Amino acid sequence: MAQSDITFAGRKRPMEKLVKLALFLASVLAIFVTLGIVLSMVFETWQFFQRVSVREFLFGLEWSPQTAIRADQVGSSGSFGAVPLITGTLLISGIAMIVAAPIGLISAIYLAEYASKRVRGWVKPLLEMLAGIPSVVYGFFAALVVAPFIRMTGGQLGLEVASESALAAGLVMGVMIIPLISSLSDDVLNAVPNSLREASLGMGATQAETIKRVIVPAAFPGIAGSFLLAASAAIGETMIVVMAAGLAANLTANPLEAVTTVTAQIVALLTGDQEFDSAKTLSAFALGLLLFTTTLILNMIAMRIVNTYREQYD
Amino acid sequence: MIELFTTAEKHLRKRHRSEWRFRWLGRLAILFSLGFLLIMLVSITSLGKGALSRAEIALEVDLSGAETLEDVNPKKSVRTALFATFPEVTDRSERRDLLGLLSADSSYELVRQIKNNPALLGETPTLWFTASDNIDLYTKGEVDISLPEDRRRLKDNTVGWVQTLESRDALRKVFNTAFFTSGDSREPELAGIFSALVGSILSLTVCFALSFPLGIMAALYLEEFSSKSRWSDFIEVNINNLAAVPSIVFGLLGMAIFLNTFGLPRSSPLVGGMVLALMTLPTIIIASRAALRSVPPSIREAALGVGATRVQTTFHHVLPLAMPGMLTGAIVGMARALGETAPLIMIGMVAFIVDVPKGLTDAATSLPVQIFLWADSSERAFLEKTAAAIMVLLALLVVMNIVAIVLRKKFEHRY
Repeated sequence: MAQSDITFAGRKRPMEKLVKLALFLASVLAIFVTLGIVLSMVFETWQFFQRVSVREFLFGLEWSPQTAIRADQVGSSGSFGAVPLITGTLLISGIAMIVAAPIGLISAIYLAEYASKRVRGWVKPLLEMLAGIPSVVYGFFAALVVAPFIRMTGGQLGLEVASESALAAGLVMGVMIIPLISSLSDDVLNAVPNSLREASLGMGATQAETIKRVIVPAAFPGIAGSFLLAASAAIGETMIVVMAAGLAANLTANPLEAVTTVTAQIVALLTGDQEFDSAKTLSAFALGLLLFTTTLILNMIAMRIVNTYREQYD
Repeated sequence: MIELFTTAEKHLRKRHRSEWRFRWLGRLAILFSLGFLLIMLVSITSLGKGALSRAEIALEVDLSGAETLEDVNPKKSVRTALFATFPEVTDRSERRDLLGLLSADSSYELVRQIKNNPALLGETPTLWFTASDNIDLYTKGEVDISLPEDRRRLKDNTVGWVQTLESRDALRKVFNTAFFTSGDSREPELAGIFSALVGSILSLTVCFALSFPLGIMAALYLEEFSSKSRWSDFIEVNINNLAAVPSIVFGLLGMAIFLNTFGLPRSSPLVGGMVLALMTLPTIIIASRAALRSVPPSIREAALGVGATRVQTTFHHVLPLAMPGMLTGAIVGMARALGETAPLIMIGMVAFIVDVPKGLTDAATSLPVQIFLWADSSERAFLEKTAAAIMVLLALLVVMNIVAIVLRKKFEHRY
């Protein structure tokens, strides 16, 4: 009897199974997208490494991708050493983090611990506006206003500044990622239980002392997580560097010189028309895979840290 | 005893000073960000507002001999009219400079005006024509005529002519409607954002049509149907990671899979929308799940209690209640997709597009990509256009976010 009931329900609503299946498939799509990203890039990268050795790509110091017009042309193979791109990326995102980490963290501390409800209500959305502005706008501003300004200031100080300096791109990128750090850090600071605050204040510590010695250390894992997420956003940022950092693959640590980044090179390699199978085009996918893996690892670590930390106080 | 007291007091004062310093540090940090935002917006608006007006020159065009449009040689008519305005200019090279007063499209403008008003035929009307970009910049005070002639963009003779035109009231500034109604152009004075805007709208439509239903479905499965298992955890980690993947990687995916494997048309809003949909999907899923979670379990229990199935409960009761929250999330996701540039460049939406795209498979560009293209141009007059296009983009983003906020406020439920 019970068995017939079940079959009856199953026969009466065949649509429901279909609906559930459709919903399930939609959720699996996310996995397919990830898989698609990985497979497409691994495939192209593998083809790239048929032409250029892995060692040359990862440790080569010279980057000058060219497509040969004639087969016997001098330097027709180009050189695909990614080291200058990696250092360029690290230099620019390093500058961005030097700007964003302290400013973002201190803003978050002020908003979480000092600001009145009214100030918070105004400032928080304004800060988030910084994150909502498209990066192409930052790129335009960096190239039009910030880079000439730095060049002029440098000139007055007797310094030679390239017109597309790493400093300009890094500075503007730093401002762009401030809200990432400030809003995430704000959340973790708010999650620190009040008992810790009260205990410290009750012992006679000032508010600043409480923040520096109790609250920030207690919230440190979460703050570190927000830094990692911001760093990953900086590494993956494209438009600012395309518009303000240029394409000169210099191996340098001088922020006043022009450098290029992994993302800027991907754009440069794939815009314009060229055949799909050349080493030049394929190298863009190798760079893409490098970028994807790096940001993925950073994100995974960051999310793990943030999640474990959240559970601790819940 | 007294000495001990004063050291303690000194120490306390030092601690209070440090407290005060720390507080100000916080204020300064926030002021830095807000100041940057302000400077950026002000410099872009002050640069961009120039593009909202343009200079026009009045010419008396002789159409007396023409009965139909075919009788008119537009190019010649405009030239003759221009030379007639300055009869003293006879030298060939000077006459060429004189033609530089007008934009390259003046003959089309004449044809358009006659088409709009056929009564002009057979008359000698005074008509207005768009001035060239250099004249335009001059009327906005952006050409410094105190510089020596070879270091500025207007020659002395041209400056003289412009001043003559001004004295005859034959030069005016009008609202630049063409900026909103025409496509891209090599001539800055004629370039507009309309085709880019249409490209953006088409891509966003595709993006919304794909990502909104799929995002809701995925969220429904994860919140309402899946049991907490390793599998659903795996999906969740996947979605969170996708949300943080750099946008350019999605562009690479689109290029490798949509363009090279499936052979979909390059530069089309269809592919652009699909790539944007993949990018927005995680955002929508995360927002939709939050909206579903905010629907109290009592609603589900009530529906199940009167005999509804799980699917009925979800679609008749939970989903409608969560819909406003989902829409809000979708609008925020769309706003982000609207500003996205890098992945669209990857799939070739960087072409020079004059015509308005008519369908999803036509070559198109999008507003942020248009900004990128114009920003790259070396011509001074395009800078203005870039800033004005940015203003339009930001205005659209503000509108979308306001709609999202209003929606959230209006349907906010307290259970």
